[in-house]
Amino acid sequence: MADTGNPTGIGASVKRKEDFRFLTGQGTYTDDIKRPGQAYAYILRSPHAHAEIVKIDTARAKAMPGVVAIFTGADYDKGGVPCGWQIHSKDGSPMVEPPHFPLCKDRVRHVGDQVALVIGESLAQARDAAEAIAVTYKELPAIVSTADADKPGAAQVWPDAKNNTCFDWHLGDKAAVDAAFAKAHHVTKIDIVNQRLAPNAMEPRAAIGDYDRATGEYTLYTTSQNPHVIRLLMGAFVLQIPEHKLRVVAPDVGGGFGSKIFHYSEEALVTWAAAKVRRPVKWTSDRSEAFISDAQGRDHVSHAELALDKDGKFLALRVSTKANMGAYLSTFAPCVPTYLSATLLAGVYTTPAIYAEVKAVFTNTVAVDAYRGAGRPETTYLLERLVEKAARETGIDRVELRRKNFIPKDAFPYQTPVALQYDSGDYFSTLDIALKRADWAGFEARRAEAKKRGKLRGIGISTYIEACGIAPSAVVGSLGARAGLYECGSIRVHPTGSVTVFTGTHSHGQGHETTFAQLVSDTLGVPFDSVEVSHGDTNKIPFGMGTYGSRSLAVGGSALVKAMDKIIAKATRIAAHLMEASAADVEFKNGEFSVKGTDKKVPFGQVALTAYVPHNYPITELEPGLEETAFYDPLNFTYPGGCHICEVEIDPDTGVTQVAKFTAVDDIGRVINPMIVEGQVHGGVVQGIGQALLENCAYDNESGQLLTGSYMDYTMPRADDVPSIDVATHNTMCTHNPLGSKGVGEVGAIGSPPAVINAVLDALLPVGVKDITMPATPVKVWQAIQSAGSAKAAE
Amino acid sequence: MSGITVNTKINGDPVEFICEADETLLDVLRNRLGLTGAKEGCSTGDCGACSVTVDGRLTCSCLVLGAEAEGRDIGTIEGMAQGEHLHPLQSKFLEHAALQCGICTPGFLVAAKSLLDKNPDPTETEIRFGLAGNLCRCTGYDKIVRAVQDAAKEMRSAKAKSAKTKTAAKKRA
Repeated sequence: MADTGNPTGIGASVKRKEDFRFLTGQGTYTDDIKRPGQAYAYILRSPHAHAEIVKIDTARAKAMPGVVAIFTGADYDKGGVPCGWQIHSKDGSPMVEPPHFPLCKDRVRHVGDQVALVIGESLAQARDAAEAIAVTYKELPAIVSTADADKPGAAQVWPDAKNNTCFDWHLGDKAAVDAAFAKAHHVTKIDIVNQRLAPNAMEPRAAIGDYDRATGEYTLYTTSQNPHVIRLLMGAFVLQIPEHKLRVVAPDVGGGFGSKIFHYSEEALVTWAAAKVRRPVKWTSDRSEAFISDAQGRDHVSHAELALDKDGKFLALRVSTKANMGAYLSTFAPCVPTYLSATLLAGVYTTPAIYAEVKAVFTNTVAVDAYRGAGRPETTYLLERLVEKAARETGIDRVELRRKNFIPKDAFPYQTPVALQYDSGDYFSTLDIALKRADWAGFEARRAEAKKRGKLRGIGISTYIEACGIAPSAVVGSLGARAGLYECGSIRVHPTGSVTVFTGTHSHGQGHETTFAQLVSDTLGVPFDSVEVSHGDTNKIPFGMGTYGSRSLAVGGSALVKAMDKIIAKATRIAAHLMEASAADVEFKNGEFSVKGTDKKVPFGQVALTAYVPHNYPITELEPGLEETAFYDPLNFTYPGGCHICEVEIDPDTGVTQVAKFTAVDDIGRVINPMIVEGQVHGGVVQGIGQALLENCAYDNESGQLLTGSYMDYTMPRADDVPSIDVATHNTMCTHNPLGSKGVGEVGAIGSPPAVINAVLDALLPVGVKDITMPATPVKVWQAIQSAGSAKAAE
Repeated sequence: MSGITVNTKINGDPVEFICEADETLLDVLRNRLGLTGAKEGCSTGDCGACSVTVDGRLTCSCLVLGAEAEGRDIGTIEGMAQGEHLHPLQSKFLEHAALQCGICTPGFLVAAKSLLDKNPDPTETEIRFGLAGNLCRCTGYDKIVRAVQDAAKEMRSAKAKSAKTKTAAKKRA
């Protein structure tokens, strides 16, 4: 795969095909769809974090105008929402897996838990009726704190989960780590909180269930990143509808960031209810509902220790983490703090011995699952804060300490002590490029200049790696995944030579309709405008695992390459027949088949037409038609990495931190569309800045109420909160997929938070502040400055 | 239930609709008039996804009642392009890939147009503050800011050009 110089091919910043419809307001998102005869669903949710449901009286509500039906947990006769990943504890026992019914039977376990489904002629009527449902609750004590959930006396979320523990897992060689610590010259210790975040895709979730009595077919329109997975989970596990009677459509989807991977109760409810009321049923979340029903992200509390020798070489690392699962196990929740997190603890360093323990706990909060980066931002933040602290403690320059411990460029493939084998990377180069672009050398002058203005300026760095391109099925299967994680792609060459691409990945902002069209246009030599990419409909796409874990190009793109290999192989035989040559002598280049050493040639379009009008055709050897499907199961994860540098300026009088400059240099393998790549990094970095400085899901410890349940309370990064971001790539190729691509969706959110916080702490160093938790809000920064000042004064 | 009859103008065309007293303008646009370009992102006026103009003023349509559209002039994203011919802001958003999932894009375009109507030559800071009422979770705002800067430049030069042509035409006359 090389840059062919094609203006719409690989490596070109082609304008996005999908944008015309979005720019003119013609995108079709789930809530834009109106089915004939559609009724509207409203879900009555629990106002309590933890309570017994004593009685539900729907009589008055049922008599309200426009009410079509009301269902409660007692009416729901189907299965619970399943979890897709099983973790085993240290002692070999499987994780505690509580039932998760779409409507609560006898107890609510978080604010927002689902109590009743009200279906009305209009949403307003359904909502009014929901208000008339009388629910008698017996309130129970609630637990929301991650750190305290397993302590004696904490409220118990599930009877089977003793001490609220879902699993107590570990990874690595404890004895080797203990031995290394025993002979360490220096040990750096740190306590880290990776706070809970709300993913906040700007399109709230929505779902429309539709049932066709004539055929017995169900259709679910839903805001999903992976419609086939929803079909599998909902069809097989929840509603027992076989795949051939269930169509799942994820049309235009307004952002996901992980939160739309999972199978949600509401999807099952509208599908189930559509058959009950024999009308299409639409449910659309409002933003308040999203805050208390969309799976949230992060929420890890960790203690970590790093052992160093006298030269600053890392000898060993041990980490103990508590991860909050919320009240229920969301689809991929258990793998986030374990196999997506602890396996990355080597980072970009040669640390020879690593041991990690992870205890997952239940609390009376919204379920936690993958959010952009899923486990890797948590690990990167922990490691890069720890390395930074080690540099401060040992007096070794923070950049030098990192260089000293980098995995050398010639050490790949590199086997880490925590299961993964990195295939390629060049951490020295991404670091050097970032230092140069950020003018690291000139920073002290900028700090001095800021000081003159009364401002505290700081610079922070993060060198990171992540594992994505999810995932080799056999490997993840052995680690507890209950599904394969390959991808599927189909290439349909039409008689006149235009091409429809069917991909099992799903684009909800990533621009696949453009990137995949570039890939196909380049490979088959057909014009870019003659390629259309179709996704998001289980009736059109053979199969698919969807989009998450920065997998779409590395895995989905590779499936398309394999399908195109089959197309070219068949087309070559057709071309050989047309040119009366042996297929072995025919080569394919720039959209033309030619016989080596002759001037005989036939264009791709003519071969396509011949395949469908097989008058002169090798019919005894080949079937007519030109359409191929391929499944691609990756051999390994991919390992994007790089260096992020952040420069901040803090006003000590107000505590306001301004990001003055941000530089991201990432190694993401083969790039198809640099403009799209740049946008992916921008968005990820701003989510990372959001985590570092602004965002937090705060729960009240006593009542379990979510305190940050609206945009007035939950601080989303806005245009005036962030700077423009300097993005560059320095790419080494992935060695095990045909594209060499590694993935770019998550790098921004993974690399950036520690760079920001290291910068904040660098700025605050002169005033004596040594630690701060995310988000470093103005009040927190101001208080830290004040208390450091009083501590200094007391000395 | 008896509805309220409302006579208004949407994107220059006279429109009559009937709505309930408690229905928002956003719901009327989306559910009654089939204009689904404006989106509901929060229904509290904090995200700007439902941005429209009411008598030229940038407004969150989730905070206005449908009945309040009586006698007003409403502008929505559907009225921004002239047929297939995109507004310079739309063209520049396309050129710079200033959108990803597209859900907030109509709101940003309406807000950016309103900003440039008031301030044809905004600085980067003015653009960032001017668009701070619109949330985007995908782009990190970088490319949006560039696209608006670029569109402003193009619109200024087009305006200067047309003024020049007008002056020349006047002279000829």
